[in-house]
Amino acid sequence: MWDYTDKVMDHFRNPRNVGYIKDPDGEGEVGSMACGDVMRLMFKLDDQGRIADAKFQTFGCGSAIASASVLTELIKGKTLDEVEKITNQEIVDYLGGLPEQKMHCSVMGREALEAAIENYRTGEVSTRKLEGRVVCVCFGVTEKSIRNAIEENGLTTVEQVTNYTKAGGGCGGCKEEIGEIIAEILGREPEAGHEEKTAEPAAPKKLTTLQKVRLVEEVIEKEIRPEMAKHGGDLELVDIDGNNVVVKLQGACAKCEMTWFTLKGLIESKLREKVSEELVAVEEK
Amino acid sequence: MSRVVYLDNNATTMVAPEVFEAMKPFLSGRYGNPSSFHSFGGGVRRDIDRAREQAAQLLNADPGEIVFTGCGTESDNAALLGALELAGPAKRHLVITRVEHEAVLQVGHYLKDKGYRVTELPVDRSGALDLDQLLDSIADDTAVVSVMWANNETGVLYPVRQIAEAVKSKGVFFHTDAVQAGGKIPVDLNEVPADFLSLSGHKFHASKGVGVLFVRRGIKLPPYVRGGHQENGMRAGTENVAGIVGLGVAAELALKTMTEDYRREGRLRDKLEKGILESCSNVYVNGENRLANTLNVSFEFIESEAILLMLNDLGICTSSGSACTSGNLEPSHVLRAMGIPNMLAYGSIRFSLSRYNTEEEIDYVLENLPPIIDRLREISPFAQRIS
Ligand SMILES: Cc1ncc(COP(=O)(O)O)c(C=O)c1O
Repeated sequence: MWDYTDKVMDHFRNPRNVGYIKDPDGEGEVGSMACGDVMRLMFKLDDQGRIADAKFQTFGCGSAIASASVLTELIKGKTLDEVEKITNQEIVDYLGGLPEQKMHCSVMGREALEAAIENYRTGEVSTRKLEGRVVCVCFGVTEKSIRNAIEENGLTTVEQVTNYTKAGGGCGGCKEEIGEIIAEILGREPEAGHEEKTAEPAAPKKLTTLQKVRLVEEVIEKEIRPEMAKHGGDLELVDIDGNNVVVKLQGACAKCEMTWFTLKGLIESKLREKVSEELVAVEEK
Repeated sequence: MSRVVYLDNNATTMVAPEVFEAMKPFLSGRYGNPSSFHSFGGGVRRDIDRAREQAAQLLNADPGEIVFTGCGTESDNAALLGALELAGPAKRHLVITRVEHEAVLQVGHYLKDKGYRVTELPVDRSGALDLDQLLDSIADDTAVVSVMWANNETGVLYPVRQIAEAVKSKGVFFHTDAVQAGGKIPVDLNEVPADFLSLSGHKFHASKGVGVLFVRRGIKLPPYVRGGHQENGMRAGTENVAGIVGLGVAAELALKTMTEDYRREGRLRDKLEKGILESCSNVYVNGENRLANTLNVSFEFIESEAILLMLNDLGICTSSGSACTSGNLEPSHVLRAMGIPNMLAYGSIRFSLSRYNTEEEIDYVLENLPPIIDRLREISPFAQRIS
C-alpha cells in the first residue's frame, strides 16, 4: 500500500471537477493506454481571460486522479499567463507530497495543462504527440520530457527520472541514455534548457514511388532500427502499400505487447518528418 | 480499520488456529535445538520428523524426499540451480514459461546473464501452454524444464502430469512450482513423476518462513547451504522448528479438508464471478481452467489501483497484477504473456479465497463493488467515449 497523504486520499475519494465541458476553449490529453495513464483536461475562459471552469477525466491510479483533481482547483480563476507558471512541484506540494514512484502523475498533470493551453492558442487538437526524439520506447517518453523533468525538479539519478516520467521503467534499454542526459545537464550549469531543434530538411514535396520506397528504406535503416536496437528490438520492412508502411517487429519488441502503440508513434514520426506526412505504419503479424 | 474481508489468499493466508496451537510450545517452553544431545533439545527432532511425514503425506511422497526450506522462493532457486549442477557443465539450456513466478523467472534471467540458454515458453489467450512446443524446445543440452502447477495471478492450472511424463521420457530433469497448488488440490507425486517440487507454508495456512523442496529419491542434490548436517546436509542451519511443525499440521489439515474446502471455495468463487459479470458491464475473466479459489477479472476503462484503494476503504483486501500498486511500471507479466490488451491488463483485480471465507463476505463484496466501478468509470475518459 502506498503512503498517500490524507490530501491525496481526499482528492481521490472526492475528486473535484470531474467531467466534460461542451465546447471548451482549451482541451489537452496526455499519456496513453500503453503507459497506463491518460489524463484529459478542459477549460473554459470568462470574458476577462480567466479560467471560469475546468474539468478533467483520468484513467489511472489514485494519485493520477488526485493530481488531476488538484490541477483543476489550482487553475480555476486564474489567467493563462498565471497557470502557465504552475509546475508539477506545485501539484505535489498541494497534495502534501506524493510517493517518489508516483511523481510522474504530477508531471502528467502539468503536461495536460500545457497541451490544453497550446490547444487554446493554436487551435490544434493536441492529443499526445511525440515531440522530438523518443528515448524510452516502452512508455513513449521523449528527450524533451526527460529534460524538462530533470531541470524543473532538479533530478540527479536515473531512478528519479523513471519516477517522474516512467522513462526507463519498461525494458530498461534507455537507462544509459537517460544517465547521459542527466550528466550533460548537471555538467552544464542549470541554465534553462533551450534545445531548440536545429532546422532539419523538410520532407520533400512530391516523391515518385521509387523515391518513396528508397527513402523509407533509408529512414528505417539509419534512424529507426538503430533506435530500436538499443532496446533489443528490430524490425523488417515488409511492404509499402500506398501510404501504408508494413513492418514486422522482431527481437524483444516482437514479444512485448506493450510497445506497438509507442513504436507506431516512433516509426510514423520519423517517416512523416523525413518522407511524407501521409505515411501510416502497419504491423504485420 | 474495523471490518476485514480477506480475499488475497494467493498472496498469503491466515495461520490456521490449529497450526498456531501446534507452533506455540516451540516458541516458548520447548525452545531446544533438535541437534542437541540432551533430550530437552534432541526430543524436538521427533516433532520435526513428524512434520516431515505430514508434509510427505500431502504430496504422497516419502519423508526422505522432503527438505524443509525458508520459503517457496528458496525451493525454486535451489531446485533449478541444483538441477543444473547435477546435469553437468555440458547442459546449458533451461526451459521455463513466461508466466512463472518471479522466483523462477529471475533465476532464468540470472542464468541468461551467465551465458545459459533460457527458453521462456509462451501461453495463449486462455493462459494455456502448447505441449508440442514445450517438447520441441527440449534439446540435447537441456538440463531442466520447470512449469508451475498453478499460476498465482490467474489460477490457471497446467497439466503437470502429462508434462512431467513427457519431459522424463527425454531424460531431462523436471521441476514444478506447486506453491499455489499445494494444500488446495491433490498433489500426488506417485502419479506425477516430477524430480523436484516447491511448496510454501504461508500459502496453505502455515506460517511465513517455511517451505518445502521435494527431491525425488535417488537424486543427490548438492548442498546449497553448507554447514551442519541438517536437512541431510543439503540445507544446513538450525531448523525453524515452530514453522516446520506448523507446516506439518497445516499439511495434515489440508489433506483432511481439501475436498470439502475446494468445493466450498469453488461455489463462493463462482458466485462472486457470476455476480460481478451480472452487475458490471465490460468485465472480462482472465484465464481458463483455473484453481477454484481464484478469480482474476478485468474492468475495462479503469485502472486497478483505484479499485483496490476503494475496496480497501471498505476493508476488502484484494490485489492486482497491475503496475501501479507495486512501483513496477508495466502491467503483470502474466497477463501480457496471455496477450490481454493493455487497458484490461491495467484494470485487472485478483480475488483469491480460502476455507475461511464466508458467503456473507462474498455478498458484501457484490454489494459494494458495482458502485465503485461505476464511480471510477465516471472519472475515466474512456468509458464516456464509448457509452
Ligand atoms: C507460484 C508461486 N511461486 C513462488 C512463490 C514464492 O513463495 P514464497 O513467498 O514462499 O517465497 C509464490 C508466492 O508469491 C507463488 O505464488
